[in-house]
Amino acid sequence: MKFSSAFSKLFKVATGIAAGGPLLIVLVIIIALVIDSIPALRYQGWSFFTGTSWNMGNAYASTLSIHGGEKAAFGASFGILPFIVGTLSTSLIALVIAIPVAVLTALILVYKVPKSLGKVISPMIELLAGIPSVVYGLWGILVVAPFVQHVLGPWLMHLGTIIPFLAGPIQTGYGLLTAGLVLAVMIIPIVTSTTRDLLMQVPQLPMEGAYALGLTSFEGIRFIALPWIRRGLFGAVVLGWGRALGETMAVLMVSGGAANMPANLYSAVTTMASAIAADLDSAMNDYTHMSVHALTLLALTLLVITLVTNVAARLLVYLGRRGPDVEVQA
Amino acid sequence: MNVSQPHRTLLDHNAKAKIGKRRMQSYTLWIVSGIFLAAVLGIVLMILGAVAVLGFPGLTAATFLTDTQGIAGGLQNAILGTLVLILASIIISGTLGVLGGMYIAIFAGPKVASVLRFATEVLSGVPSIIIGYFGYTMMVVSWGFGYSLLAAAISLAVLTLPYIVRTTEASLRQVPKSYYEGGLALGLTQEATLRKIMFRPALPGVLTGILLAISIGLGETAPLLFTAGWSNFNPSLQLLHSPVAYLTYVVWTYSQEPFAASHQLAYTAALLLILLLLVLHIVVRLLQRKKVA
Repeated sequence: MKFSSAFSKLFKVATGIAAGGPLLIVLVIIIALVIDSIPALRYQGWSFFTGTSWNMGNAYASTLSIHGGEKAAFGASFGILPFIVGTLSTSLIALVIAIPVAVLTALILVYKVPKSLGKVISPMIELLAGIPSVVYGLWGILVVAPFVQHVLGPWLMHLGTIIPFLAGPIQTGYGLLTAGLVLAVMIIPIVTSTTRDLLMQVPQLPMEGAYALGLTSFEGIRFIALPWIRRGLFGAVVLGWGRALGETMAVLMVSGGAANMPANLYSAVTTMASAIAADLDSAMNDYTHMSVHALTLLALTLLVITLVTNVAARLLVYLGRRGPDVEVQA
Repeated sequence: MNVSQPHRTLLDHNAKAKIGKRRMQSYTLWIVSGIFLAAVLGIVLMILGAVAVLGFPGLTAATFLTDTQGIAGGLQNAILGTLVLILASIIISGTLGVLGGMYIAIFAGPKVASVLRFATEVLSGVPSIIIGYFGYTMMVVSWGFGYSLLAAAISLAVLTLPYIVRTTEASLRQVPKSYYEGGLALGLTQEATLRKIMFRPALPGVLTGILLAISIGLGETAPLLFTAGWSNFNPSLQLLHSPVAYLTYVVWTYSQEPFAASHQLAYTAALLLILLLLVLHIVVRLLQRKKVA
């Protein structure tokens, strides 16, 4: 008895330590990133976030660039605005495409598709969420980039007289639009399945009331179901957005990888996540270590952006699920 | 029928036209929804079909029995490397995750539980490249692990840990509280109650979480790029200073090479990944059915 109660206590302590793991890991990552990125902030100042030139400098030059008491390779300048713009613009394109597609798909799945068919379709959409990002990248290279270059791009260019941003030239098909399209396909399953789960929680009675009042099925959805899940839906969208912000490999494969501000919809761009993946190798060759510090600050910036969006989204989904009426129904 | 009669007299021509317009709107939106659904399913089938068609010619015995060399070769090292990485990471994240999930579900008070749950959610929102970056600068460089199984497995474990914690907690919470109280009333310790009474009914859920974690780990590339490195040889099973090959790396790098043989290897690796994920997906479905039953 004594032994087993001692073991029980030990076990409890072990589970407590394990449960603290995620908290500890998050804190360690944030603290390590903050400490490691301070030199970059000292070297570059606040122009780190507003500068448009990302240049690790000439590691073989005989002199060093010194700013703010910190040494870096000659001519090094770290401005991450192109990466921020690339991240935001690709993910916004993805959202603009994904939201209507995902929400309408979820609606038809819940309200129109027969249950037996839905049992086949839902797993397929969930499978889409599980496809590795490199396979999406491969699909982007094989299908989406040529499609943008030869079909969608030339077609959109006709609108260029109205919206100059759509006027070409289209160069390789690898760029902003392609990355946005691939990201859209990656977040559609996330938003679809979350929206579907939320719609299933909408009680039958108000919907039937709406139909009884003579509303068409879509008016019922617009005035009853969508307002019902509003917060949760917003959360689902931001959740998808968070995924798009942090996506690395697929974007790395189809974005064209240029650290420039996009000139038009087809320009090659780079996102923060894919810049980290692409530049870490060469940054390690900078013996002043300033490039690594700069990448750390870039990583920290990305982390802060994704954490803020994710926390906001989860809070909203949580509040959305906690609606008193929804609980009664469940 | 008679009830609706008075209303019908109220409907003038104008109102009828309005209803027609609203019905049209509704139909149009459903048709658009149908097109979107078809498009999403079309994309799923297109991706799966393309990978199957392109990858199939590479599914030969040689692919499984030889290592990658230069621009081509087989995938033996990458397949074994992926399996070793997944196994090692699941040992870490499975242990931590199941224990942590137990604590949050059973032992923790409501306030502590909500803090820990929040931290878990936050961790699951950290982009995988940041975990990889952290793994590189911390483990590979600062701690001197080098490109290694241990650094890669820990990075993958950090990535998959939140999913295991979450599913373990959720499936333990679905077990009726009276089971737990009954166990304690019978004189069992908390640990014994948990292990012998609560864990059995929660097991399908816990396993689902672990399989989910495996499928996430299987498809990840970003956290492995700078922790596992790449090796043309089979995994050495050394924990430190010995790079490991993995399938997603083949898809990424070999698809960028200008050679047909490299492309074939990338397609085959992609097909293998999809097949493995499909199997995991089916097993998860079966487990979920068991959970419901």
